[in-house]
Amino acid sequence: MTTSKPTKVILAKLGLDGHDRGIKVIAKALEKAGMDVVYMGMRVTPEQVVDRAQQEDADVIGISLLSGAHKPLMTRLMKVVAEREMRGETLILLGGTVPDGDREALEEIGVDGVFPVGSSLRDIEAFIKERLSDGAGQS
Amino acid sequence: MTLYDQKATKKAQEAELAWEHDELRRTLERAPESQERFLTVSGREIDRIYTPADAPNLDYASDIGLPGAYPFTRGVYPTMYRARQWTRRQIAGFGTAKSTNERYKYLLAHGQTGLSTDFDHPTLTGYDSLHPLSEGEVGRLGVAIDTARDMSDLFDGIPIDRVSISLTINHPAIVLLSFLLAHAEKVGVPWETLRGTVQNDSLKEFHGQKTFALPPRGAYRMTMDVVEFCTRNVPNWNTISISGYHTREAGSTAGQEVGFTLAQGMAYVEGGLQRGLTPDEFGPRLSYFFGVHMDFFEEVAKLRAARRLWARLMKERYGATDPRAMLCRFHSQTLGSTLIREGALNNLIRGTTQAMAAVLGGTQSLHVSGYDEAHDIPSEDAMRMSLNTQRIIGNETGVANTIDPLGGSFFIEKLTNEIEEEALAYIRTIEDMGGGEGVLAGMFAAIENGYIEREISEAAFDYQERIEEHEYKVLGLNEHEEDSVPPPELYEHDDDEEERQIERLEAVIHERDSARTEAALEALRQAARGTENTMPFILDASRADATEGEIMGALRDVFGDHEDPGIF
Repeated sequence: MTTSKPTKVILAKLGLDGHDRGIKVIAKALEKAGMDVVYMGMRVTPEQVVDRAQQEDADVIGISLLSGAHKPLMTRLMKVVAEREMRGETLILLGGTVPDGDREALEEIGVDGVFPVGSSLRDIEAFIKERLSDGAGQS
Repeated sequence: MTLYDQKATKKAQEAELAWEHDELRRTLERAPESQERFLTVSGREIDRIYTPADAPNLDYASDIGLPGAYPFTRGVYPTMYRARQWTRRQIAGFGTAKSTNERYKYLLAHGQTGLSTDFDHPTLTGYDSLHPLSEGEVGRLGVAIDTARDMSDLFDGIPIDRVSISLTINHPAIVLLSFLLAHAEKVGVPWETLRGTVQNDSLKEFHGQKTFALPPRGAYRMTMDVVEFCTRNVPNWNTISISGYHTREAGSTAGQEVGFTLAQGMAYVEGGLQRGLTPDEFGPRLSYFFGVHMDFFEEVAKLRAARRLWARLMKERYGATDPRAMLCRFHSQTLGSTLIREGALNNLIRGTTQAMAAVLGGTQSLHVSGYDEAHDIPSEDAMRMSLNTQRIIGNETGVANTIDPLGGSFFIEKLTNEIEEEALAYIRTIEDMGGGEGVLAGMFAAIENGYIEREISEAAFDYQERIEEHEYKVLGLNEHEEDSVPPPELYEHDDDEEERQIERLEAVIHERDSARTEAALEALRQAARGTENTMPFILDASRADATEGEIMGALRDVFGDHEDPGIF
């Protein structure tokens, strides 16, 4: 460890989806776990999320989608992430109503972790800590 | 006069004390209880036993009374389900209007007694299917409606003068209701014969559901334009379904659900008064919508508390004299957020328990959420089972034979009192934020300063923590079966529906008289800038095939946009 800078997390909801209970609970939990959390709110575009992540030098981007539109919206997000050469630099997580059958396709486009509704807060915290200590997201 | 004689209460208290020192103490010494504290789902600590001493001042006539009589604690009608069971109203909506129309016909053929429409996110938030923000969400979680012509497709072949209709939409409620009224004109059904409900609860959109389309004050004006217009022109229409369901889904406690929701109701009543309507004129057409969670007794008590508190507020504070204006009539829905992915069939048991609480709480209509909804929108089979749950409770269990069978239970009456007091405390806090200018002013302040959203987030987090810490055990979440049943056959989303809807919209835009549409939209902008009721202008725009996005766009031109503050 060369720095004690807290883990920076950008959270946002894409599209028009209004289900924000889960992401707000996660925001609180990650903050209580000592991370530095920015919640951008709803109806944010993939471009806005990536802009903010670059500005803040974020370690993690967490997206919540319960609208069923995760495939088109995450594809768009991952395209912007690739264009800005942030693949492997920033951990990309997705939470919400994601059918098991869509998981593989999401991982293929570069989503690092998928946490469906009902996931444990402790598991999400542990996943972030483990993956960041492995090197992903370290800039 | 208090329900229990003071001497008898004192005797009961003495007996309880003696029992604590004797039987209870000895038992606890031998075997302590399994938990240090017993909590409801809302985190309320529950005592070991309830006695008359828990509500020593309870007065039968003024606190409990009889069904159909003030303060309506026991029910809104004198005969309740003995006259007619609650309306089985399963909400449905997906894909294009044509697909949803087929589902409606299926539900009506399988014992459903009223219709309820779920709209997709673009429709809920006032954007057309063509808008870039709508990508991937057209017809996904509800039906896509862009113009009055789509509304005609939605109710094609359905006798809208006989089947009651509920439109679950808020900020664009005035537009979708105008589409329906335009459809009624087309098929020759007089507006006076229409029965139904439009959700139209603009204030809750800033802390529950979050499908806002306009800023608080502009959205509120649209809500009140609907109330005023319908009071005069569509007399049997329920103008607002004041909703606690979404507040509860957002993670509130039962007490918050009643407190915040009734505060919304009070804000609408104050708006009606400002427009020169009397509570007796528009009060009878206000209805409520509550969620029903897993904690059985807390939910029954919550519904009783809401009914009593609303009657008291309408009569004592706002001066209603017509008993119908004091009734908290409500729809209930078992909570989607209590459905668990793992072991989806277990959700049938959850739905049954919650539905039973709704019935014992005296609901007027009911939706039982589908057992497969933690995976996707409900399949036809899940909706059939939801209807069957209602049929079995209604016909086989005998719970509908007598009214308010839990009334008079020491525990239920104590909980009812507690929840009413808690709700009233929230209402007072909100009113105080309005600087002495009433609950309406307080609601705007509480929305703008983030109070309500913060309170709900706090409760949602506490609940989640109790799950994380295994203090509240949920099968499939923090407790697991050896062999969990695999997920049932799910609803299959048709990705082509989005394209079909966009083509349909493009065709309407191409065919219509665009000069007429543009003129109607401009007239609406003018009206919105002034103080006139905008609904006649929105009706004109609907008849001219203006799209929902264009009409809401005209309102956004005047009132501006709303941005989510990102409070957590």
